[in-house]
Amino acid sequence: MTDLEKHPTPPASTGGFATPPAIEVRAVERVFGKRRKQVVALAAVDLTVAAGEFVSLIGPSGCGKSTLLRLVADLDTPTAGDVAVFGKPARQARADQDYGIAFQQAGLLPWRTVAANVGLPLELHGASGSERKARVAELLELVGLADFARSRPDQLSGGMQQRVAIARALAERPRLLLMDEPFGALDEITRERMQNELVRICRETGAAVLFVTHSIPEAVFLSDRVVVMSARPGRIVDIVDVPGSSHHRTDDVRDDAGFFHAVATVRGHLHGAPTDAAPGSDTR
Amino acid sequence: MSEILSRSRAVVLGVVGVALLLGAWDLYAAFGPDEGVRAGGETYLLPRADDTTMPHTWDVVRRLGEPVNAVPGAPDVLRAVVDASTFTLAIAARGFVVGVLVGLVLALVMSRFRIAESALLPWIVLSQTVPLIALAPVVRRWGSQIEIAGQQWTNDQSVAVIAAYLAFFPVAVGALRGLKAPDRTHVDLFHAYGVGWWRGLLALRLPSSVPYLLPALRLAAASAVIGTIVAEVSLGLKGGIGRMFIDYTTTATSDPAKSFAPILGAIAVGLVAAAVVGLIGLLLRPYRPAEATR
Repeated sequence: MTDLEKHPTPPASTGGFATPPAIEVRAVERVFGKRRKQVVALAAVDLTVAAGEFVSLIGPSGCGKSTLLRLVADLDTPTAGDVAVFGKPARQARADQDYGIAFQQAGLLPWRTVAANVGLPLELHGASGSERKARVAELLELVGLADFARSRPDQLSGGMQQRVAIARALAERPRLLLMDEPFGALDEITRERMQNELVRICRETGAAVLFVTHSIPEAVFLSDRVVVMSARPGRIVDIVDVPGSSHHRTDDVRDDAGFFHAVATVRGHLHGAPTDAAPGSDTR
Repeated sequence: MSEILSRSRAVVLGVVGVALLLGAWDLYAAFGPDEGVRAGGETYLLPRADDTTMPHTWDVVRRLGEPVNAVPGAPDVLRAVVDASTFTLAIAARGFVVGVLVGLVLALVMSRFRIAESALLPWIVLSQTVPLIALAPVVRRWGSQIEIAGQQWTNDQSVAVIAAYLAFFPVAVGALRGLKAPDRTHVDLFHAYGVGWWRGLLALRLPSSVPYLLPALRLAAASAVIGTIVAEVSLGLKGGIGRMFIDYTTTATSDPAKSFAPILGAIAVGLVAAAVVGLIGLLLRPYRPAEATR
């Protein structure tokens, strides 16, 4: 473990009574469109993510997992219900820059160097030049791209671009990371390597993560809990606990029996038939 | 290395293309039928090739080096054309700058306020349907009412205004598209950062509008030059290429080579305008990744 990432506040232990949860979603509903063309993207969603916890959202397309993440990020507002981030309304949390965010597209500004992209949020929020420089160097070290500081984004591979995007999301030391299928466009090999990196980064920063994905093994490998969602209307079907702390996963875990069991459970929920149900119960 | 090769290839092809055109001109002027080829009465199938209609390129070039007219001390034609071109270029540049600024401001306002877009865009499109020759006298009449700090409105200012009137249009439309062009991801990201409209404009929307802005500037430069020359003709402004066309064609039958000189001047003005936009494009190179990585 490198010691580069010094977090200002120690990672909150789950269950610490003084720390409000990173995310608290209460009875949230999101309806798109009007009248007859109404689409219920989310209905009656409740979810709590503790500080320092890694939670994945998984489900078929149209189940509202990205919508839920956008509500937490205050990129969209719920039709009904409340979203709180660290005990504050989502809008306030966004204004206070309480979270970092990464999307499926790395979304780097092509006219800026890698270093300038990582420093973008610091620059926009008025950090001084020297402070920015030091922080950017630290972050590039963290994601293993120190040699590419002066490169342009189009000179990097997809995986490297996504690493830059993650470094950028971490720039202001957020205690919460929101990630919307950040590895969705990467090949399988790069993807597993990025997952290992993300585990390390989370361990070093102690940030809570809300992670949207299509991939069951990815969700299970990364998470403390996996939230399984279903579509029409978007809702939470079940929440699967993954054994062991998400901060100590290595490649070995991928071959572990507990890992397979969790994957099977999530898959069962996604397909609408819990694996531990009595035989024949799914033939109704 | 390959870039240098493809560059020099482009230069060679360009030179060959121009040489072929000039060669075709001279060949036809030399061997084409002097009376042209007619079908029946007045319909020409092939143009007349006598020296009055199609002077040889070398005659045109030679004429450049001779005095404009028989008046003692008259400058040679080249000198006169260069002076007129500079005059026209200066007015076109003023019109270009004003037009680009007006276009950018309009695009900014329209991209900021949706209601401004619905209110302004139809008028902006409509503005280009007004014929220039109808517009020119109106601009001059209105201009003559204006007096700023003791300075009387002059005719060349009217011409610059008309150039600007043509130049602002592509910029307004192109910049508006560009300002609305940033990726969804980038827009979300900046929203998440909670930055205001102004910072978002400087850090995101302006840079990402560059690929749309450059072709718009190219069009604007061409429009400014055409607008200047046409307005010079219709307002009768002396000193520029536009008036020179009129003056030199009066002697077309006796001195045909001379009447081609202003055309060369107009081409030169157009090339300079294109080069300026090319330079702007070079300065903005980091902001056009799609083209830069070719």
